[in-house]
Amino acid sequence: MAILIDRNTRVLTQGITGKTGMFHTRLCREYAFGNECFVGGVTPGKGGQDFEGVPIFDSVAEARRETGANASVIYVPPPYAAAAIDEAVAAGIELVICITEGIPVRDMIQTRYRMRGKSTLLVGPNCPGVITPGQLKIGIMPGHIHQPGPIGVVSRSGTLTYEAVGQLRELGLGQSSCVGIGGDPVNGMKHLDVMQRFNDDPATEAVIMVGEIGGSDEEICARWIKEHMTKPVVGFIAGMTAPPGKRMGHAGAIISGGQGTAQEKLATMEECGIRITRNPAEMGRTLQAMLKG
Amino acid sequence: MKIHEYQAKVLLQRFGVAVPRGFPCFTVSEAVAAGQQLGAGVRVVKAQIHAGGRGKGGGVKVVRTDAELEDAARRMMGMQLVTHQTGPQGQTVRRLLVEEGADIRQELYIGMVVDRATQQVALMGSAAGGMDIEDVAARHPEKIHTVQIDPGQGLLSAQAEVLARQIGVPEFLVPQACDLMLGLYRAFVESDASLAEINPVAVTGDGRILALDAKFNFDDNAAFRHNEWQDWRDFDEEDPNEIAASRHGLSYISLDGNIGCLVNGAGLAMATMDIVKLYGGNPANFLDVGGGATTEKVTEAFKLMLSNLEVQAILVNIFGGIMKCDVIAEGVVAAARQVHLTVPLVVRLEGTNVALGKQILAESGLPILSAANMDDAAAQVVAAARR
Repeated sequence: MAILIDRNTRVLTQGITGKTGMFHTRLCREYAFGNECFVGGVTPGKGGQDFEGVPIFDSVAEARRETGANASVIYVPPPYAAAAIDEAVAAGIELVICITEGIPVRDMIQTRYRMRGKSTLLVGPNCPGVITPGQLKIGIMPGHIHQPGPIGVVSRSGTLTYEAVGQLRELGLGQSSCVGIGGDPVNGMKHLDVMQRFNDDPATEAVIMVGEIGGSDEEICARWIKEHMTKPVVGFIAGMTAPPGKRMGHAGAIISGGQGTAQEKLATMEECGIRITRNPAEMGRTLQAMLKG
Repeated sequence: MKIHEYQAKVLLQRFGVAVPRGFPCFTVSEAVAAGQQLGAGVRVVKAQIHAGGRGKGGGVKVVRTDAELEDAARRMMGMQLVTHQTGPQGQTVRRLLVEEGADIRQELYIGMVVDRATQQVALMGSAAGGMDIEDVAARHPEKIHTVQIDPGQGLLSAQAEVLARQIGVPEFLVPQACDLMLGLYRAFVESDASLAEINPVAVTGDGRILALDAKFNFDDNAAFRHNEWQDWRDFDEEDPNEIAASRHGLSYISLDGNIGCLVNGAGLAMATMDIVKLYGGNPANFLDVGGGATTEKVTEAFKLMLSNLEVQAILVNIFGGIMKCDVIAEGVVAAARQVHLTVPLVVRLEGTNVALGKQILAESGLPILSAANMDDAAAQVVAAARR
């Protein structure tokens, strides 16, 4: 068991003929069951061709019809990426993972509006993707640092997630699934949506939740955890030292109007029973100590 | 991206929002000429910097005669204007806005932001205009009224009317206030704004609704469809290091410590600053070299960090995933050689080919301190910066 993706997921790459799309489709196919799971690609105008044996289609609808795909991953450049999400949603894809960084917020507001009432789940944009170790990797994370196991990881950042996974590996703790929800202010799944799935997943025994400054998603998730979560959660928030009003790399990582500070988030998380650490080098050990607890 | 008040007013005017007549001025003589063109009577000289709180710092002056106007312009042009948003060093005034005065009867607040929780644009209004709205929000949150705007329908006149009445717009001016809000919404959406504020909106003695001040921030991700931003951008208002960084695809923010940090990924970069602080040090910067930490990028990153003379030590923290550690190590060594590094350098590498990467660092002949993990890296760099 795992959340969101496993070896039975069937994936399309949108933007498969671009440099990034090709590179990461290749790496994802080399990981675990990727070769069976990646069933097609989409690039308008290149239908009928193939990428290293993966058939390319002109549209998501056609690709879905021909391959039975239920997930897609998007590497389309920012000006067209929101439209690529719209297309996947319209074609009835169940899970859309958007890696693209730099999509205008106005586009994402319209896309999220069009997604209302639809059952499609969106992960990202501006995210590393999702991996279920030993089964399937959809995204740009380094596959080999992961190993199957009982820990769920959810994070707004890429390399900081790898850091958490690396620490778990040092301690011999594998992961059920790792979900990068991305660093944009208007996005798809939030910490809360992922946490609920980890709570329901029998393979997940504990969760590391990595957040950062900006917005209030971590607080919303923390309040839900307090009421409903049956599994231990360790939390870290990046940006304790970030100055207010400055965008720290990620579009969504900004303290505005005194709101969204790391201090505020950590305080709420602690109040809600999450074991927090202020030291990013201690995420793995904090979780291990809690499990032994 | 931020723009000046006078630019924001030009933008608002394009969308039908009434603003006082005025002229941007780059010299004192231009300011005098602008004052004469506006004619006798009350005029206002306003320093144009991107920071807020200008009034309290002496950056806004109401004048009654040409002589007063010239005097105010002379004092303001070139001054270091210090506000609560500029920091103690202040910001040099290089542009003025000279505009006609208004007979102000009431000062209101109207603002717009992207509400992350609801994923739509929110319109905010308050009767407490002309003050720092963050102060109002903190002390009297009940004085701020919020309207959520449905992305499909846009702002409805009916919603604007309700808000206008809530913030005390006189009944006969409600239609004008609605026009202002509808214009603001169109300007906000079409210009890809992330924040817009009109503070204050004035109700004048001659029965008008006027945008007396205006502030717009734009979503940098939308720059590709706004060529006009190139003309609006004022490089004097930006940190030269941040400008240089963005030219090389680096994300850099200056801080006031003495430990330079070079990291791949925004989250890990923030976490690295945090752990330096936890170990008693002070980060000199945020610096994300992005996914592809190439030699060229790392070299530029070193140059940037070293242009800050406060830097006493540098910490490189890279989690090599797709980008292999040996490639990154070669980049770090080449960059350190090229910039003739004289401050201590601590490098923490993790990920793919890490052993090979560490070997390259060790055999480089450079005095590089290799760290086993983030704790070790932070402890070493803080100690090195103290020496």
